[in-house]
Amino acid sequence: MFGLNKKDTSLLLVVAVLTLFAPFILNPFPTESGLAQFNAGYPDLMQRFVIFGIFAVGFNILFGLTGYLSFGHAAFLGVGSYSAVWMFKLLSMNVIPAIILSVIVAGLFALLIGFVSLRRSGIYFSILTLAFAQMSFNLAYSVLTPITNGETGLQLTLDDPRILGVSATADGSIPVTSLFGLEMRSTYEMAVAGWNFQFSAGYYLCAIIMLVSFYIAVRIFRSPFGLMLRAVKCNQNRMRYTGLNTRPYTLAAFVISGMYAGLAGGLMASMDPLAGAERMQWTASGEVVLMTILGGAGTLIGPVLGAGFIKYFENIFSKINDNVLHQWFGFLPDGIEDFVVFIIHPFIGKGWHLTLGILFMLVVIYLPGGLVEGGQRISRLFKKNKSSDDGAAAKTTPAE
Amino acid sequence: MGILEVKGVGKRFGGLQALGDVNLSVQENTVHAIIGPNGAGKSTLLNCLVGKLIPDTGSVMFDGQSVLGRSPHEINQMGISRVFQTPEIFADLTVLENVMIPCFARRDGSFRMHAFGSVRNESDMLEKAETMLDDVNMLSKAHLHAGSLSRGDKRRLEMAMCLVQEPRLLLLDEPTAGMARADTNNTIDLLKEIKTKRDITMCIIEHDMHVVFSLADRITVLAQGTPLVEDTPQNIKGHPKVREAYLGEAQV
Amino acid sequence: MDAILLQILNGLDKGSAYALIALGLTLIFGTLGVVNFAHGALFMIGAFCAVTLQRILNLSYEEIDPTQTDFLGNPLVVKVPYVQAWFGPEMGGSIIDWSVPLAILFAIPVMIFVGFAMERGLIKHFYKRPHADQILVTFGLAIVLQEVVKYFYGANPIPTGAPEAFRGSFDFGVLLGFDPNAIIYPYWRLIYFAFAAVIIGGVFSFLQFTTFGMVVRAGMADRETVGLLGINIDKRFTFMFGLAAAVAGLAGVMYAPINSPNYHMGMDFLVLSFVVVVVGGMGSLPGAVAAGFLLGILESFASMNEIKSIIPGIDQIIIYVVAIIILLTRPRGLMGRKGVMED
Repeated sequence: MFGLNKKDTSLLLVVAVLTLFAPFILNPFPTESGLAQFNAGYPDLMQRFVIFGIFAVGFNILFGLTGYLSFGHAAFLGVGSYSAVWMFKLLSMNVIPAIILSVIVAGLFALLIGFVSLRRSGIYFSILTLAFAQMSFNLAYSVLTPITNGETGLQLTLDDPRILGVSATADGSIPVTSLFGLEMRSTYEMAVAGWNFQFSAGYYLCAIIMLVSFYIAVRIFRSPFGLMLRAVKCNQNRMRYTGLNTRPYTLAAFVISGMYAGLAGGLMASMDPLAGAERMQWTASGEVVLMTILGGAGTLIGPVLGAGFIKYFENIFSKINDNVLHQWFGFLPDGIEDFVVFIIHPFIGKGWHLTLGILFMLVVIYLPGGLVEGGQRISRLFKKNKSSDDGAAAKTTPAE
Repeated sequence: MGILEVKGVGKRFGGLQALGDVNLSVQENTVHAIIGPNGAGKSTLLNCLVGKLIPDTGSVMFDGQSVLGRSPHEINQMGISRVFQTPEIFADLTVLENVMIPCFARRDGSFRMHAFGSVRNESDMLEKAETMLDDVNMLSKAHLHAGSLSRGDKRRLEMAMCLVQEPRLLLLDEPTAGMARADTNNTIDLLKEIKTKRDITMCIIEHDMHVVFSLADRITVLAQGTPLVEDTPQNIKGHPKVREAYLGEAQV
Repeated sequence: MDAILLQILNGLDKGSAYALIALGLTLIFGTLGVVNFAHGALFMIGAFCAVTLQRILNLSYEEIDPTQTDFLGNPLVVKVPYVQAWFGPEMGGSIIDWSVPLAILFAIPVMIFVGFAMERGLIKHFYKRPHADQILVTFGLAIVLQEVVKYFYGANPIPTGAPEAFRGSFDFGVLLGFDPNAIIYPYWRLIYFAFAAVIIGGVFSFLQFTTFGMVVRAGMADRETVGLLGINIDKRFTFMFGLAAAVAGLAGVMYAPINSPNYHMGMDFLVLSFVVVVVGGMGSLPGAVAAGFLLGILESFASMNEIKSIIPGIDQIIIYVVAIIILLTRPRGLMGRKGVMED
């Protein structure tokens, strides 16, 4: 189906089902229950899952396939956000032109940066992309203030022209983003027994765009072009002596992944029409690197998993506080309870980044293939147990 | 007029004259060997042919066109393939993928944004690659990772990757360097097999004289950056100048 | 003329910090072949050594001072630092005042220990892994170290003063015959520059004049051969990591009065230090030092109003622009050897 083989089709379908039913799946606990804080099925968070999923899937096309480690991809996300907000300011509140513009602008920006950075490889490439991103960040904060509105960030105002829309609504407020009239923030709530499921228009737009982006990524992975990108990672020398020009291949991969980042930025602005320079900082670039590696670089599903994993736990961990911990460990004797809470305390709440950093180090050291490799190892372990049982059974047979 | 014409090529590295005044003509459908002791300039000459180095003087014409100033991928697209001293393959890809990449390179040129095709559906390319693998007796290993192959198989694979491009000239850079005797013999057999099976022009750079005697139609002996003699293997064997060049080295 | 001199002076302290961090980065890269993204964190830990010592010295007990009363007429409870109780108010007071310079003594063992622990516990396992993995794992480590510091010291910058005696400024202009107040330069920055010069000189002479340094230099040039000579390179390289950590840490200790330490100062300096290393030439120690000062001074020139009015925003990006130009035209950097990590 869709020009994919059976395995990829089922992968795509699984991802589709997971994203489309996310409002249910991420909301397993009734609203009143004590575990409701682990629900993630509200629009704001779900949007972040899929938007960062897009970002990571795009980053993986560059890093996972060609092995070029960019530390500046947040710049493209930032540029995408700015372009989208400008579209809302100047043209209309419809998200389609905004998203299209953000992809195009990010793509052009990536073409420029990639053209220069890809003249080097290895660590030099990483540092060049880092330098470019940091430069964009600094400029966005200072001289480019007329375009970026500096530290405050770019926002919509009541006197924006909006040629194809209105500057202000009838009641004098700033109009909201929409898809041909369907407001992005509109949410249908469905109360079933103790559960409260939320279906947001914005989330479904993001989810569908994510599925399309994921599908495109699968096609790229399986295409001759994708094969060439994997060859770049393996042996550029052999490629050159096989008559292949590596530069345009890497540049194309760089631009595609930049466009994915721009798309993510545009969607971010479409959900919440503001854009700030901090989105371009190199720590933000580091985050997408974390997502991709944690999930499994070079695999199809890895970056999506990584993005979901990081964004989910970021949200959950920062909500856990000492009171929650005391509830959990209440069954322990008092002294031990306090001690356990004391030990866990640095890793929760604001300490989420500490947990993330440790997790990331562990993954790089012990599990270079990320969560995907972890899953494979576990399933192999089960298979091995099974087969070794069979083997033992076979061995005992002759003894009879 | 040979398919490859090297005229008056010279190359200096600082104070070292690596190549003097090299003239060479490789005829179509022959195996031409370039031999010489260490430091004779063999590798420098080869690098000048494939675009890695640009000679200071002289010209290198392939099929009537100059290769000078062209980059390696352009020279490959002209029809020159190269086998390296240590096999250069795509270690993380499967053997079949390794052979398919040169197939695509031949069909699609040095760059094509073929992002919506599917490697699986390229039946022509698959068939071509599989036939090639069958030819070198590696079809059973098509789905193994290339990095996991034995050294001999890696050499075989690299050869297959070059041959599947149907090059008009195949350059081999010391294909048996550092190999054990058995591996060397296998490689020689493989080359002989290729020579008898297809009409191919080969140019072999080799340090070991014995490797090329049974293989080459013509041999050029290179010493200190200049060709000493060019003749048939029979005549080269007893040539006094050649003995001198090699014996001189043997005494060291 | 005086304006130019002022900018050069202004560039010196930042340049010194860049140079010291870049020196450590280069030592590690040159000897161990490891790209250490956690090096900025070492700088930060150094700065927090100063904070920690200041806090330790300020540990106090409460005492009733019979000579004073609070506004209700009760005897006043005052805090007396233990140091003052032990050494007397005069001596104790000056010990507290001098906490930053004293922190140097405190920081050296701490930093060497941190460096050893890092190398033996983590970096050692990454010598044979690709550079990308090294970048990733040290990036993870940098996040961890930064978050640990944030956990213990909070997110806000912690002002850490220089000794009273050095808080003033020095009127350079008068010395050189300019108008008074034309070139004013804080004493501490001058001290920072001198300190950096001493450290850099120390590291260079250590490498130049000791047998140990000779082996290390040989190892930087050709690791395999030195290993073949039967010299235990690994042990020496562990020591080098400790040394590099100490250099970065001391740079951090002394920088505390210039810029109040905060948990992300390491990351801020790291990006710039990497740029410095690249401009100087990967693996070249003199290159790292020269580029550190050069970029520090360039940055301070670019922030002159006269220049900013011609090219707005140049002060924000000058370092990156220089780095990009260097990388594209001369990838080995100003003084790098040819072929080191070039492609």
